[in-house]
Amino acid sequence: MPYVSRGFRGRRREGGDAARVPPGQYLTDDFPVLSAGPTPHTPLDEWTFSITGELDEARTWTWEEFRALPSETTTKDIHCVTKWSKLDTEWEGVSVDTLLEGVETSAEYVLAFCDGGYTTNLPLEDVAGGKAWVAFGYGGEPLEPEHGGPARLLVPHLYFWKSAKWVRGLELRADDEPGFWERYGYHNYGDPWQEQRYWGD
Amino acid sequence: MARAAVLGRLTWHLANVVELVDETPRVRSIALDVPDWAGHRAGQHVDVRLTAEDGYQAQRSYSIASAPEQPHLVLTVERLDDGEVSPYLVDELQPGDKLELRGPVGGYFVWTVEVGGPVLLVAGGSGVVPLMAMVRHRVGLGDGTPFRLLFSSRSLDEVIYRDELDRLAADDGIEVVHTLTRSQPDGWTGYARRIDEQMLREVSWPAAEQPRVYICGPTRLVESVASTLVALGHDPDRVKTERFGPTGG
Repeated sequence: MPYVSRGFRGRRREGGDAARVPPGQYLTDDFPVLSAGPTPHTPLDEWTFSITGELDEARTWTWEEFRALPSETTTKDIHCVTKWSKLDTEWEGVSVDTLLEGVETSAEYVLAFCDGGYTTNLPLEDVAGGKAWVAFGYGGEPLEPEHGGPARLLVPHLYFWKSAKWVRGLELRADDEPGFWERYGYHNYGDPWQEQRYWGD
Repeated sequence: MARAAVLGRLTWHLANVVELVDETPRVRSIALDVPDWAGHRAGQHVDVRLTAEDGYQAQRSYSIASAPEQPHLVLTVERLDDGEVSPYLVDELQPGDKLELRGPVGGYFVWTVEVGGPVLLVAGGSGVVPLMAMVRHRVGLGDGTPFRLLFSSRSLDEVIYRDELDRLAADDGIEVVHTLTRSQPDGWTGYARRIDEQMLREVSWPAAEQPRVYICGPTRLVESVASTLVALGHDPDRVKTERFGPTGG
């Protein structure tokens, strides 16, 4: 039985949206910005996206090549570990399935790597099968640098720190290497519906 | 002092509210006695959970304002008028109440003596809170690391920790530079605009001296200050950022 906060009433959500908000989260209409350091600004003519690690030959796309790949629009709810959730966000990006098409690998994990040195780790199966994108558009506009542009990972079924901003590639790995926040005490997997915020949750 | 790495599971603690201090008309500090608290590092935050009588719960994150060596864990909270949790913490909570929290959380935006200096802190509004923990830690240890705080507030009345900062500047060698962006008292001779490149050139150590930089405030301030410092030659790896703002709930 949790402690009842004397005089606290709270602001309940009623109706359909309530079922879309994971435990401990609240809805916001804003799009808060969170990052650990300065926003990188890599010029598009120096930008590449790579698949490295456990595959026969690493794959690399220039920005032009990447943007020539088939892309999709997708509308998703997103959930930040800092407690805000945002419903019906509209993204445009390349499915990670497209980037991994034809790749044969024994890897079971990926480590996303980014400008600025940020990393985050995920099981390979969580970025395959229509669950993840490398997104370059938000709300019909190019993705702004402070939100991860030119391109960020989008893995909306996990807490949003897994949707790494300024992503530059995925390393396919046999072992699970904790990423940046995962080493600082945040949960290794990060399922918002299980409220997996921190180590041990 | 307890070492504060986040090791096992972060369990909920039931803290006792010991004292409340009004810092400004909208900002209040809450001193807590937390049984079994394992300690924290300056710059970390906690999750606070409120529960209504019918079991409804709400959680938010708040930065820790106190230094690890201080006797109470102190949170400083700004009331957001459309917020769900902050109006309760600022207006309703009383000494003798209890508050559920868990932490400490976050291990990147922290300062310890080993990190060294000089240390440039840049704050906007209630973004000063985790930076104040660093200042208090430096003073509490009697450490001599050079500390400089550039603090942007809307008006003099809204300067959080104003008296304590004045005292620390006078007695403990913490350099404090204020800028008041909306209104200034008569005779104000300090900065009276948003933080810009010229101000950062004047207040910051040059990049060649490799200061450790911590920036906390609303997104627009954090983005602008971090980008400007990088443009002035500061290594992005030495510029750490944390966001605060109305969206923090």
